[in-house]
Amino acid sequence: MGRAERPRTKLVPVPATNFIPERDVDKSPILEARHLGIDFGGLTAVNEFDMAIGRTEIAGLIGPNGAGKTTVFNLLTKVYQPTRGTILLDGVDTAGKTTVQVNKMGIARTFQNIRLFNNLSVEDNVKIGLHNHIKYGMWQGIFRLPGYWKEEKIAHDRAMELLSIFDMQDLASHQAGSLPYGAQRRLEIVRALATNPSLLLLDEPAAGMNPSETAELMDNIVKIRDTFQIAVLLIEHDMSLVMGICEGICVLNFGQIIAKGTPDEIRNNPEVIKAYLGTKGEE
Amino acid sequence: MKKNMGRLGRLKKTTKVDFATYLGVTAAFIVVSMLRDQGVLTRSLTGMLVPICCYIVMAVSLNLTVGILGELSLGHAGFMSVGAFTGVITAMSLQSAIPFAPVRLAVAMIVGALFAGVAGLIVGVPVLRLRGDYLAIVTLAFGEIIKELINCLLVGYDAKGLHIAFNISGSLTIDDLNMAEGGIAIIKGAQGATGTTTIASFGAGFVLIMLSLVIILNLVRSRSGRAIMALRDNRIAAESVGINITKYKLMAFITSAALAGAAGALYGLNYSNLAASKFDFNTSILVLVYVVLGGLGNIWGSIIAAAVLYILPEALREFSDYRMLVYAIVLILVMLATNNPTIKGLFARLREKLTRGRKAEAKGGGR
Amino acid sequence: MEFLSYLISGISLGSVYAIIALGYTMVYGIAKMLNFAHGDVIMVGGYISFCAVSYLGLPGWLSVLLAMAVCTVLGVVIEGLAYRPLRQATSLAVLITAIGVSYFLQNAALLIWGASPKGYTPVVSGQLPLFGGRLTISYVTLLTVGACIVIMIALTLFTGKTKMGKAMRACSENKAAAQLMGINVNRTISLTFAIGSALAAVAGVLLCSFSTSLMPTTGSMPGIKAFTAAVFGGIGSIPGAFLGGILLGIIESLAKAYISTQLANAILFAVLIVVLLVKPSGLLGKYVPEKV
Repeated sequence: MGRAERPRTKLVPVPATNFIPERDVDKSPILEARHLGIDFGGLTAVNEFDMAIGRTEIAGLIGPNGAGKTTVFNLLTKVYQPTRGTILLDGVDTAGKTTVQVNKMGIARTFQNIRLFNNLSVEDNVKIGLHNHIKYGMWQGIFRLPGYWKEEKIAHDRAMELLSIFDMQDLASHQAGSLPYGAQRRLEIVRALATNPSLLLLDEPAAGMNPSETAELMDNIVKIRDTFQIAVLLIEHDMSLVMGICEGICVLNFGQIIAKGTPDEIRNNPEVIKAYLGTKGEE
Repeated sequence: MKKNMGRLGRLKKTTKVDFATYLGVTAAFIVVSMLRDQGVLTRSLTGMLVPICCYIVMAVSLNLTVGILGELSLGHAGFMSVGAFTGVITAMSLQSAIPFAPVRLAVAMIVGALFAGVAGLIVGVPVLRLRGDYLAIVTLAFGEIIKELINCLLVGYDAKGLHIAFNISGSLTIDDLNMAEGGIAIIKGAQGATGTTTIASFGAGFVLIMLSLVIILNLVRSRSGRAIMALRDNRIAAESVGINITKYKLMAFITSAALAGAAGALYGLNYSNLAASKFDFNTSILVLVYVVLGGLGNIWGSIIAAAVLYILPEALREFSDYRMLVYAIVLILVMLATNNPTIKGLFARLREKLTRGRKAEAKGGGR
Repeated sequence: MEFLSYLISGISLGSVYAIIALGYTMVYGIAKMLNFAHGDVIMVGGYISFCAVSYLGLPGWLSVLLAMAVCTVLGVVIEGLAYRPLRQATSLAVLITAIGVSYFLQNAALLIWGASPKGYTPVVSGQLPLFGGRLTISYVTLLTVGACIVIMIALTLFTGKTKMGKAMRACSENKAAAQLMGINVNRTISLTFAIGSALAAVAGVLLCSFSTSLMPTTGSMPGIKAFTAAVFGGIGSIPGAFLGGILLGIIESLAKAYISTQLANAILFAVLIVVLLVKPSGLLGKYVPEKV
């Protein structure tokens, strides 16, 4: 497998301030955030966050530490309820929805500090991701009625199929908590995919990986997008990954968007350079 | 090839453990029944058979809440109490309707389980919103509330049906129920259930244990059980993959309460006199000790711990007055031995040495 | 007037709960464990004071000091032998160990002093008549309320102003960080247990002065109620433990007087549950959200 080709997608405006890839332009964006903001106590953590993501776009959210990137993820997945603004998922307002409901509507995520079900097997982790797609109830499970056997078989096959994306079938019976770091990150992605999302949020998927692992991850993220035809929004500090596979990038600093655009535009944006490197006057 | 082996090996492992648990319990039942019939068991040991069964079910069901769901409950005896007294009321009122005792016992246990399950729902809805030690103290509080409420209960039965009074002021007696001639008093306030016809049997205890095992082990290996364990391991991640927290917490909590209720009904019908004060927080804690020493989430561990620790004070009889002191010291030492990192590390190194030795042996043998 | 006397007896009972709860809340705040043996330390304190007065003929005030000294040592020993080896263990393991310690203390007391209740002579006797004798307040009540307020203020000053107190607060926030700042964590925890156990001894003496009888299980229920009080007020908070204890005492006393003696504890626990549902971290506790 070669390195993912850096995409040269042309961006087009959606309603007025947001951009999604040209190929997705005839369809509405999968996600649109408008004037999104949250305050903790008196502190404004995120403010006026506007973003649109195309249905098959790989988008990036970058910014210095403490810029509010993970907070944006928590807002999108309703871990926090936003103080201001709206989130439209496939055109549907998610106001008042819970994390569980938002997941059922199509947002799945991974976590910056890995959150696996450590005492369970790799396969069970994926099956928990499949939870809402397995159709049998508590009593069928307790008395092992035919529905149990049929659905468990389907779930097992599906779990193995999903694990094969990262070539992890062999690890199925291992305890999730005992996996090496990189495999844990990959398992989190598989578990998120198992919920059959239309938008996948990845929080620093390459953290702690070496360059060759990162390169493989980049290929796999593109492969996931191509196979499942879903949108991906990722937070990442590894610029080779962000610049390599993201089509639209959004830069956050002190909870505010300071730049939006293609990798090339972002790379040359003076505001971004200033945010990352600081200016002489500040030092 | 290797992949298939791994999967087979794993499937085998969980089913093997489950199978061994069922088999072990059945074997123990047969052996103990035979010993009893041969007259080998002492009288006090024979008298302990039914309560042991009850406490095994209590431990196994509490393990569902504490080990599998991961929430500390200190009020499990409260559910046992609800099951015991509703079970006794049911059995006593059905004496003429169902003359065949085993069926009456079964009905009483089902009613006990239902009422305890409802109590589990009432307690669970508010309580499961809390976390950690707060949840623990509130379950303890609920257990005490249930105990005091039952202490105020007067129940009698006559030809017209059940008569129930709630003795808040403490001044009512069983005569205030205004029962017709030939009516029987079933529960007399703080005195508890008196004059109960004891219909509990060791066989019923065995059936109840097996039923609890089927319910809990199969639940754990099913979709719902995975969701429950997901909540325990990581609540936030479980929410993020669309698992309804309240639903599965309640499922585990109510199942646990209902099984405790069935165990309570069996327990209540094993004694002609039984007061609600028997089911105080000390009983809840006793069961928790069984669960923790047997191993969190380890079902057969709970069975063994409950059986051994229930008999232990009896076995320590030769220490007479010192036996509970010895029990306390054993408990502390076991906790220290199994949880202190230094001691645990010592055991781990020892085991590693042993397995390495065995591996080397196997290699040498292969060549 | 009747109401007033119930209120006063509630406040004095509440003051005892508050003293126990203050010890409980400090130990919980720093060791993050449900110390089920705390109630039994109260019982030991009661027995020591009882023995000092009945067998050694010491005056009441000296017996209190003796009880405090013995309980302080006892608390430190329990912490060192049973809890310190489990510093890295799960909270459930520590809880079970605490239960073991509780069994141990109760059964040791049973062996030493027997199961039959001992009659306890209050450390101070006599009553203060008010409103021309229509209302009387016993000196024990005055002493209890006074002791409780003094202890609360002293603890607040100690944790807020002194170096050891600050070390305590640091340990309760983050033990690893406190250690890196050069704080001796083990010694700080020992000190906390020492203070908590000394308070338990005081509470034991006062409790027995009210109920005038003493059994190996005497401390068990007050211990649990005091813990309830600490949770009620917001565990880890010193004013919270004080407030929780007093309120609990008043609720118990009024419930006994006006609703039902039999259901007093049920009412008390029901109030706790309602408070926790409305304010999950207690009246004065602070809510710490889980970080994602």
